[in-house]
Formats: sequence, C-alpha cells, structure tokens
Amino acid sequence: MIINHPILGPRDAQEFVYLGDAGLIERPDGLAEGAVDAFHDYLYLRDNPAGEHRELWYHEQGDRSWLVVTRNTLTHEITRVELARDVARAKGRSK
Amino acid sequence: MTQSNRIAGGQIDRTRTLSFTFDGVAYRGHPGDTLASALLANGVRLMGRSFKYHRPRGPISAGSEEPNALVELREGARREPNTRATVAELFDGLSADSQNRWPSLSFDAMSIKDRLSSFLTAGFYDTTFRWPASFWEKVYEPIIRKAAGLGAMSRLEDPDQYDKGFLHCDLLIIGAGPAGLAAALSAGRAGAQVILADEDFRMGGRLNAETHEVGGMTGAGWAVQAVSELSHMPNVRLMPRTTIIAAVDHGIYGAVERVSDHLAVPAPGKPRQILWRIYSRRAILAGGATERPIAFENNDRPGIMLAGALRAYANRWGVAVGRRAAIFTNNDDGLRTAADLKAKGVEVRVIDVRKGEEVVDSSGRLGLKSVTIRSGGRLETFPCEALGVSGGWNPNVNVASHHRGRPVWEPAIEAFVPGQGDIPGLAAAGAAAGRFSTRAALETGAAAAEEALSDLGLAVPARDLPQAEDGAYAIEPKWYVAGGKGRAWIDQQNDVTLKDVKLAHQENYTSVEHLKRYTTLGMATDQGKTANVLGLAVMAGLTGKSIPETGTTIYRPPYTPVAMGTLAGRSRGQEFKPKRLTPSHHWASEQGAVFVEVGMWLRAQWLPRPGETTWRESVDREVLQTRRSVGICDVTTLGKIDIQGRDAAAFLDKVYANNFASLAVGKCRYGLMLREDGIVYDDGTTARLGEHEYVMTTTTANAVLVFRNLEYARQCLYPDMDVQLISTTEAWAQFSVAGPNARRLLQKIVDQDISDAALPYMGCKEITVCGGLRARIFRISFSGELAYEIAVPTRYGDALIREMVAQGAEFDAVVYGTEALGVMRVEKGHVAGNELNGQSSALNMGLGKMVSRKKDSIGMVLSQREGMTDPDGYRLVGVKPVNSAEKLTAGSHFLDKGAAPVMANDLGWLTSVVYSPHLGSSIALGYLKKGDERRGARLRSVNLLAKTEVEVEIVSPHFFDPEGERLRG
Repeated sequence: MIINHPILGPRDAQEFVYLGDAGLIERPDGLAEGAVDAFHDYLYLRDNPAGEHRELWYHEQGDRSWLVVTRNTLTHEITRVELARDVARAKGRSK
Repeated sequence: MTQSNRIAGGQIDRTRTLSFTFDGVAYRGHPGDTLASALLANGVRLMGRSFKYHRPRGPISAGSEEPNALVELREGARREPNTRATVAELFDGLSADSQNRWPSLSFDAMSIKDRLSSFLTAGFYDTTFRWPASFWEKVYEPIIRKAAGLGAMSRLEDPDQYDKGFLHCDLLIIGAGPAGLAAALSAGRAGAQVILADEDFRMGGRLNAETHEVGGMTGAGWAVQAVSELSHMPNVRLMPRTTIIAAVDHGIYGAVERVSDHLAVPAPGKPRQILWRIYSRRAILAGGATERPIAFENNDRPGIMLAGALRAYANRWGVAVGRRAAIFTNNDDGLRTAADLKAKGVEVRVIDVRKGEEVVDSSGRLGLKSVTIRSGGRLETFPCEALGVSGGWNPNVNVASHHRGRPVWEPAIEAFVPGQGDIPGLAAAGAAAGRFSTRAALETGAAAAEEALSDLGLAVPARDLPQAEDGAYAIEPKWYVAGGKGRAWIDQQNDVTLKDVKLAHQENYTSVEHLKRYTTLGMATDQGKTANVLGLAVMAGLTGKSIPETGTTIYRPPYTPVAMGTLAGRSRGQEFKPKRLTPSHHWASEQGAVFVEVGMWLRAQWLPRPGETTWRESVDREVLQTRRSVGICDVTTLGKIDIQGRDAAAFLDKVYANNFASLAVGKCRYGLMLREDGIVYDDGTTARLGEHEYVMTTTTANAVLVFRNLEYARQCLYPDMDVQLISTTEAWAQFSVAGPNARRLLQKIVDQDISDAALPYMGCKEITVCGGLRARIFRISFSGELAYEIAVPTRYGDALIREMVAQGAEFDAVVYGTEALGVMRVEKGHVAGNELNGQSSALNMGLGKMVSRKKDSIGMVLSQREGMTDPDGYRLVGVKPVNSAEKLTAGSHFLDKGAAPVMANDLGWLTSVVYSPHLGSSIALGYLKKGDERRGARLRSVNLLAKTEVEVEIVSPHFFDPEGERLRG
C-alpha cells in the first residue's frame, strides 16, 4: 500500500507500523467517575467494519508522525490521511 | 541421440547445437529450445511420474501452466526440484533428472500405488488414517511423507545471489503477446513510462506459436519488429523472463526476473533472480489464455497434450511430437492445430465433438500408442504418438483475482473472464479478456493503452495497427467423456480424477471450496491452471447447476512458484538481521568473551579467564569479585530516550505509573510503566538532568516499542503538551560500575567530585571524564552494590572501557557479562524479562504500592480492576532448595506436598533460577499464589519436562543485603 503522508507525500506502507482503530485517541479520563467501565469499553470494544475504517499508523521508518488513515478494509483504498495530532486536537484533546 | 522428431521451421538457432543430459543420457538441442521442446525433438515424451499414483507423464503444455513435466534441474548445490521443463531455457551443459520415481523413470516401484488406486481416492488419507489418533504423527505421516512429494532439495547452501529492486512506471503491461505489444507501442509512442514484462524469454506470446500473418509478415516477425521499435524508446523498459507474480495494493505489482536461469552459472556479480516491486499508475493484463483439456479414460499418457501446445511445438520449436497425431476438439481452434500439423507433414486425424465424435480411451504404458475413437456408435482404434486435446481456452484471469475479485462467466467462449474493476487501475486486454483473435488482441491492447493514457492526462496517439486475422472461435461445451470405466484425469499434478469429483459430490462436498479441499483439485504448484475450470464444470454437471451458479475458486499470489531465495533476496546469513555491537565489543572479543544475542545486540555473556573450564566458574568469579571489590558491565543496550520540554514532568506522570512530578533536578527514580490494560509493560530509571530535561532508560527488548508508545502518547493523547522526544540509545556508551570500590575507581576517571555528599544515592550529574570529555553519571544500582552508571558519547566507549580496566587494576576490577548481571539481580530480587512477562501486574511483582491512584497515568485505571487485585493472586517470592545441594529448574511449578501434578493443584512457577555463589546454593524468583502469606512455607518445585522435583522453602525475594545498606555506602 501507499500512504499519502500529509507532510512527506506518498510513502510505501512498509515504512509504517500499524496500531489499530483511531478510536484509541479518545482515551477516557482516568480520574472520572465510572472510569473502569469507560476504560473497558475503550480498550476492548471495537468495531471491525468491512468497509471504511479510521486507523492509526506510525511512520517509524520516517518522521515518526502518528497518522489517522481512512482505509477501506475490503479494498484497501485509502481516502484520507491526517496527522493524528490534528485529529486529537479536533476531538478536544490537549494536555 | 538424434533429434528424430525435429522438423523444419521454428524460432530456434540451428546454426548452434547445445548438449544436455536427462537422466544421464546425452541429447542435443538448439538455442531457443526449452528443455521440453528439446526432449520432444529427441523423441522423449516421458519426463516424470505423477504425484500420487506415480503414473508415467509427459508435458501437456508448452508454458508455465505445466502440471506434469517437473524435473530436478542442474546438479549439486544449484539443483532445483520441481522445475517445469516447458519453461526451462536450454543451455549448453544443462543437466536434468526426472523425479518422484525409483529406481528409474521407466520402472518405478512406487507405481504400485497406481494399482491400488481404487483405495487411494479423494479423502483417503483423511478417512483412513484417523484412527488411532496417536498413530498419525508417529506412524502414518512419516510413511506418507516418504512416499509423497516430488523433487528433492539439494540441502546445500544456495551458491547464487538474489536481489530485490524497485521500479516506477506510468503503465505496467503484463504479457508481450499481440495485445501487450500493441499496448506498449501505443503508450511508448505517447511518451509514457512503460514497463513491458513477459515470463517468456522470447517476447511475442502466441504470435511465436502461430502461422498467421500480421501486417504482411509472420506473426513472430512482426513481434521482433515491435520489440525492436520498443527497445529504442528510452521511456520503455522491456523485461523478458519476468513473471508478474502478484497484484498488490495501490498499483504495486510483484515480479520475478530470472536474470541468469538461462545460463549455466550467473555472470560474475549478477544475481540469479531479482524480486521487483513495481509501482505503476495503470496496468494492463495481457497475459493470454490457457487451453483446457477434455477428460477421458487414460487421458494422461505421455504424448497426450493440449492441442495448442502440440501446435506451438511444431511452429515455434520445429518439433513434431509424433509423425501421426490425433486432434480431439470441441472448438475451431483445435482445427487450426490440425491444419498447421498437416502443413508440417504430420498425418492428422480430427475427432470433432461437434460432429458427434469423441476419444474414449488410449493405450501405451510409457507413451501414447493409440487412441480409441467413438464415432456414430462405432469404436475404432487409431494408432498415433501424439494426441492434441482442446476443450477450449481459459483467459488467464489469475492476477486479476489477487484482490479476491471473482471472475465472470462469459457464455460466448464458455470460460471465465476477469471481473471489471477487480483491481483498481488494471484493465485486461486480448485473450486474457476473452478476445481470442489476433485482430481483437491488437485492438483491445491498443484501446486499453489509450484509456490508460487519457486517465493519466497524456496525449493519445492515432491508432496504427497492422492487419491481422480475425477468425471466429466457435465452441460447443464438452468437459468429459461419459461412460468410461477407468480413470479420467482432471488435475494431473495432484492426480485428481473424474471419479474423485464424483465422490466429492456423493459425499456432499459440492461447493467449489469443499470440492477443492476434499479432492485437492487445483492445490498443486500449478494452482490448477489447466484443471480448475474443468473440475468445477464437472461438479456443475453433477449438481445440475450452471457453471456460474457453481462458482469458481480464485487464484492467489504467486502466479507461478517462487524460489525461497528470491523472496529472501540479500536477507540471508549475516544479512538476515542486523547485528548490533556494543561499544565494548572489540575489547571483550580480545578477552575471549562469550557473547549472547539479546534482540539484535550481541552482549558479553561471561568473560572466561585462562584455566576456567565451565561457565559457572567464570560467572561465580565475576559475581564474587564485583561484590568484593568492583565490576564493570556494558549496559549500552538499554534504551535511552531524551525527553525535553516545559511539560516533560507532566508527560512522565502520564506514562509512568508512579509519581515523577516530585523528582528533583539532579536525581534519578525507578519508573514503572504499565500497558493501558494494567499489565506491567516496562521499567527503568529516569534521571532529571535539568528543569525541563530528562533522560529515560528502558529495557533492552522494549527500547523501540517504548519510544513508539511515548510518541503515541505525545501526539495522540496529549497533543498540546510541550514535550520533545529523541532516542539516544545509539548516542551514549553506558557502563555500570558496581561494588564497594566503584567510587574509588570512578574517581580516578571523573574530573569532578563524586563523593557521597556530592553525588548521593540516586543522584545524577553531567560531568567530564579523563580531563574534559563530556559525560553523565547516574548513581543507580541493579546489582545491589554501591554502583554508578557512567555514559560517554558512543565513539569514546571503547576508550573508556580500556581506561576503566587499566585504572581498575589496583582494585582487582572485573568486567562481568549478562550472566553475572542476572545472578546479582536475582540475589537482590529485581524483576527482569522473565518476570515482566506481559501477564503480570505491579501487585504480582510486589510493586503494587508504586501505582499512584492520585493521577491519571496509562494503565492506572485497569490495574485496579477485580482480577488484577485478587488477594489470592500471584506474588513474587524468593525460593531456596531445602537441601542446598539440590538444583532448581526454571519453569518448575509449585505444588503442595502430596498434591498430584495437575493444573488444579498448581500454585505458581519459578521464573528465574541462578546459582548464588554467596549463598552457595541454587536460588530462584517465582510467582506463587498468596506468595506473601507463604514465607517460610515448604513446597515442592516440580518440573514434568525436566523430570525434576525439589523441596523448596519460600523466602523473601531479597536474598542479599535486604536492607540495601551496601548501595548507599
């Protein structure tokens, strides 16, 4: 596969490491009420869609950017690539 | 031997003669021959034995689809089994042997299996060798394995080089027949970057095997002209002898180029084969079509071939497989074979299904002697040495289904064609798209190129195609001849017969996927290129369904078998994985150190002294000398991560379970890192060098992974934290200096004061050594001794170890390896890899109190869940044998006295075992249920694999200096 890195342009997927569902960005607050249940869902409940999937890739053999790649799991078509940091900020994550 | 079956014509160079041997017999051929064409020219039709029944077999094809003519090519270390004689290019001195026969090809003892065939039907192994279950591994499988299989490996190291390469193009064209050449000419003339790849050594595809005219010259001649024009275009790369083995994603294709297989030995510095990764913007599949047989009784005798192959041998290689031939066909293309053979002076009899005729049987044990023909209810025997069978042509859809796209049934040609858009950017053309005439091939090839050009925004040139035949392809479906008593072969490589398919139907294995697995249809090295469609057509007939209703299996990469060496490329031997050397490696080598692989690193395991005969002697000495005076150990392999920024402290509080905000500048702290599920992930010490500057250490094994996770936390979880990371593992050579004389030794090297007051326990400092070299010192201890770690830029690591050894002479300093390191950490009860096993919590390790619940660190929440806080769970314990002379064994399980060694009674296990020279006994760490409450208990340590049982006492894991007085000294 070829991942169109937002900073570096098209790069071979061999340069990247795959992590999984980009939902991992939405980590619950560990000090909040009901954190155990929230973390259980966060860590263990995942959709496994046959189709479009937003997932985390790490450019380990490159600039070390974490990316959110929108990929069709059936065709491997990649329709969007974003910096994970931008996605995290857009979801309200900060410090 | 003479080339008795060589006739006029063909694209071979008769001015040169090549000598070769097959089964030790010398033959002659010409450049341009394959091994198969040369053997056929010499009258040799028998080339191998079948896989299961050891039936005598000859080639049925003239290409890469060949199921039968598999030989061991070359000798010695270069011997390659299962090579298809039909694609092995002849060279002078070639030597080949038949395989899967003993003692000889014409008399094979294992052909007894042919006589037992009524027992050896599909599902035989599955149903017969089921009972008793224990017999499968010990008795049945070895016997079956010995009897099965094809060629044998040389078991010698491959002397050839293999390489990998990367290519980029606008348009990749797979196949250089009329469609591929027309596409390449269009795209090449338009200035596109083109790669034209063909598995054959001679481009032209079927044009080389036909007698039609193209553009007023022979088809082969036109192909030569087209290739010549293309070869002068700088934007076109011609890749003969190159098979596209796989369609990967996003326009990437895998290809194997056989650079040197047509030579006796590769030219100096040249690889034997290259695995190419081709990045294309568009691709055209112009891989042609493969003919399929019609199944009838005894249709597998040497001399019975696909009709198109018989024609190819005559037209391209000037070989008449027999002077008398029969053609059994259900379509017009078969008639073309008959006409071409007649023109070459071969006596031909046509058996046309469409006229109610069929071949019902054949005779000739080691080669075809005659066929039995049924015509108008009458049986007749026709003596012949060759039979060409044509059941129609299957477009080569293989590569087009590599993304799991299903081929589509095309009734007009009674065959599957590639589905539209199965692979983005790939279009099929010519026979691969089911367009069989030369005219249609040229036109669809050019059209596919034009479409690609306009997709890519390139100018499309005016179409300029030569005149070519546009003959009809009339076909009447005919899959098998009914009513035969004997066996009719469908898949010749895996010996699957009509009867096997019928049996599969009878046993209700009617879906194509079941049919395949039950009978092994299409599961041989040829992936059923000549067999699959026939097999499923038979199943369709049995179930009364249409072929499209029955479905089709799809093809997987690689298109043809690939040598392991090609996939490995240069990654073999020392190049298989990089070897990382520590800064003290050369010094340690000079001392005769024994090294151990730790990940990619080579670390000194122990450093024997003259006179030491066992590793224990060396390790005991290293431990005793360190604890008595001072020892030095290279710890460079630990991961080092530089962490800087205004939020660095807050960041560390997120990634470590224990508190870091309170760590003062100039101090180190042990850090415990959890996974988000609460399991302990890694540990190490982190030092605060400045207000906003830290250096973290990780375990050797997790150096890369921890860094990755920190980047994840920084970018994905805490995107606004002001924190920067960089791995400095390679930047610093780091040594542990431990023992009562550690400070005295280091003070001789360090330029600054490192007294207890200047550098107290857990202190750290940026210093200089040896009169000005920048360095870092950390007063931390893994051994339990007064200890320091000292770091200098890596390039000074070698000088530093030599200086420390020289300066340490007055203290009788010792350099110790990983074994002594392990002994000392077990004596101190420190956890390492065996305890950090990915299943254990901080509580299990006795570190439960370190997990701060006042802050939200990774893993904190789930480390507190029910299963992780089980009061009856495992706890880290120390273990001693009751009789100190007895040896403990790692992996042994704890059992109560009298308890049977079964899982229900299991209390835990020994994780790490060492011999402690201080205690004069074997000691261990282990995880024991309710371990804290069992101090002083006596249990059994049982190892069923090592067959050992030792009575043990449960003790504190801190065997040595439990109060930690030494390290503060």
